[in-house]
Amino acid sequence: MTAITAQASSTSWFTLLARRRVALAILALAALLFVAPYEALATNIIIYGLFALGCNLLLGYTGLLSFGQAAFFGLGAYGCGLSIVHGGAPVLVALAIGVVSAIFGAALIGAMVIRSRGIYFAMVTLALGQCVSAILYEADFWTGGENGLRGIAASVANFGVFKVNLVDPTQKFFFVLAFVALALILVERLLASPFGITLEAIRENEKRVIACGYDAQATKWLVFVLSGAICGLAGALYAIHLSIVPIDIVNYHNSGLVVMMSLLGGINTFFGPFIGAAIFLMLEDVVSKFTSHWQLVVGLLFIALVLFFPRGVWGTLLARMRSRS
Amino acid sequence: MTLDLILLQTFTGLALGSILVLMALGMSLIFGMLTVPNFAHGAFYMVGAYAGVVAFRLTDSFVAALVCAPLAVALLGFAVERTLVRPLYGRGLDYPIVLTFGLAYAMIEIIRILFGKEGIPFETPEFLQGAVSLGFGYFPLYRLFLIGVCVVVVGALYLCLEKTKFGLVVRAGANDPEIVRVLGIDIRTIWMLIFGLGTGLAALAGLLAAPMRGVTPEMGIPVLVEAFVVTVVGGMGSLAGASVAGILVGVVMSLTSLFSPKFAELSMFALMALTLIIRPRGLFGRPGLTG
Repeated sequence: MTAITAQASSTSWFTLLARRRVALAILALAALLFVAPYEALATNIIIYGLFALGCNLLLGYTGLLSFGQAAFFGLGAYGCGLSIVHGGAPVLVALAIGVVSAIFGAALIGAMVIRSRGIYFAMVTLALGQCVSAILYEADFWTGGENGLRGIAASVANFGVFKVNLVDPTQKFFFVLAFVALALILVERLLASPFGITLEAIRENEKRVIACGYDAQATKWLVFVLSGAICGLAGALYAIHLSIVPIDIVNYHNSGLVVMMSLLGGINTFFGPFIGAAIFLMLEDVVSKFTSHWQLVVGLLFIALVLFFPRGVWGTLLARMRSRS
Repeated sequence: MTLDLILLQTFTGLALGSILVLMALGMSLIFGMLTVPNFAHGAFYMVGAYAGVVAFRLTDSFVAALVCAPLAVALLGFAVERTLVRPLYGRGLDYPIVLTFGLAYAMIEIIRILFGKEGIPFETPEFLQGAVSLGFGYFPLYRLFLIGVCVVVVGALYLCLEKTKFGLVVRAGANDPEIVRVLGIDIRTIWMLIFGLGTGLAALAGLLAAPMRGVTPEMGIPVLVEAFVVTVVGGMGSLAGASVAGILVGVVMSLTSLFSPKFAELSMFALMALTLIIRPRGLFGRPGLTG
């Protein structure tokens, strides 16, 4: 959507900025380090923003609402954490293992769910996500079950030429940001490619896409796997960030939260998921200092969003700027 | 592992399945009519159990609670439909899903504020305690009662939908709301009634489950997932599908737990995956409802 409208209108300041959206996004995320009250929160925000970006690839661009993305976040986190705890893998290898586990999970689950549509898709992804959660919970000999996976020793990331000290919060933030930036570039490339255009076409009218001779099923499966990979990367980074993997993150509630972050920022927008994650997590940080009933606020926020702000914060802002310029 | 034990466990599965049938029927009705996927169905189930606890304390009668709690939750359902769900008609599936998901969050937290986080023990009512002999072993009387209530409710619902004028309007409305409205019937009121009916059924399921599983703010969470599986296996919008699949899932889960408790939950998902591969629309699914 954004790309198409950007080409159509004249070269105002807005379109100029829109063309450099990846670079701007990365800069804005780096600035979080100074905006957020502490480094760990900033790291949390960019990880959840990445998670929401992966989710939004399905929800915003392909029009598929998945309630099972937490499973891939979890597979990434457990894949990464387990390879460090039980295999003693170096951080970068562990990250790769995490992403690969998420890709395998997404490929398998994707093959099962991609034929279902609409409400079925949401329900089946939720149920299969819970299935992954149940497996990780029951395999407590490996995963620690209810207590979560503990003792992920990741203090140094060795890039060969230089080393990143992950104990230092600022260095850890930039380490995570580097991967987020990579994912952002990848997604931008993807959306600008014919594949990306096909995704949006499927969202608008799937039957017509099929009639035009495109393989909609294969395209949807591929984007499901890609989304799973990005969610998995976010999960793997989360495991490194926290040094533990709580079992809760695989629960479908986490899938719901990330859907809500995407909506809060604005689906159909490139940077919206990050805005949503930032608002949500900062709000949580502030509100939970005053009350233990944060979940009530979350619930009401969900309801208010759907009823009054269906475009999300960033989506509404973008629409305003576009109509002005 | 004797045959008696397997038969007994099958009956346990029937009791478990009865609760799932009530849940899935409500969800299926609401979706079939309103095309609103109710992700707050588990929360209504939980609120039903709490409403039952309150009613039981006030009246000291389990039967009275069984009547009052679903009615109270149905009223809550009316209010929710009228204020929150109604603005969303015609805005696709995603927004109602997210709204009801958030609603569940809010409902769980409100119950936590009102009744505490720990949950409330709920004793089996006295006249339903004990066990009866089924010929192959002793079975708890309460579970037999549960199966009986479910059979009665499903029967009544079937008669209501197939034999009454209200049922005719409901079925017509599920098929083509536009035409029904053109014929001069106020479809919005029917939708509100259906939402209330569905949430009332969830409340009944919650209260019936309370003596077996206890009453906690989180009790609706696993049931919601189970009800989803039942709906997917049975087929969305089909009452027969919800009934058959509910029993099927209940029996499969309890038989699996007889052999290996760890795999009970997984067996349900395996059943769902199998159904999806063989019949993507579910056992009794109608085409067209899901786009």
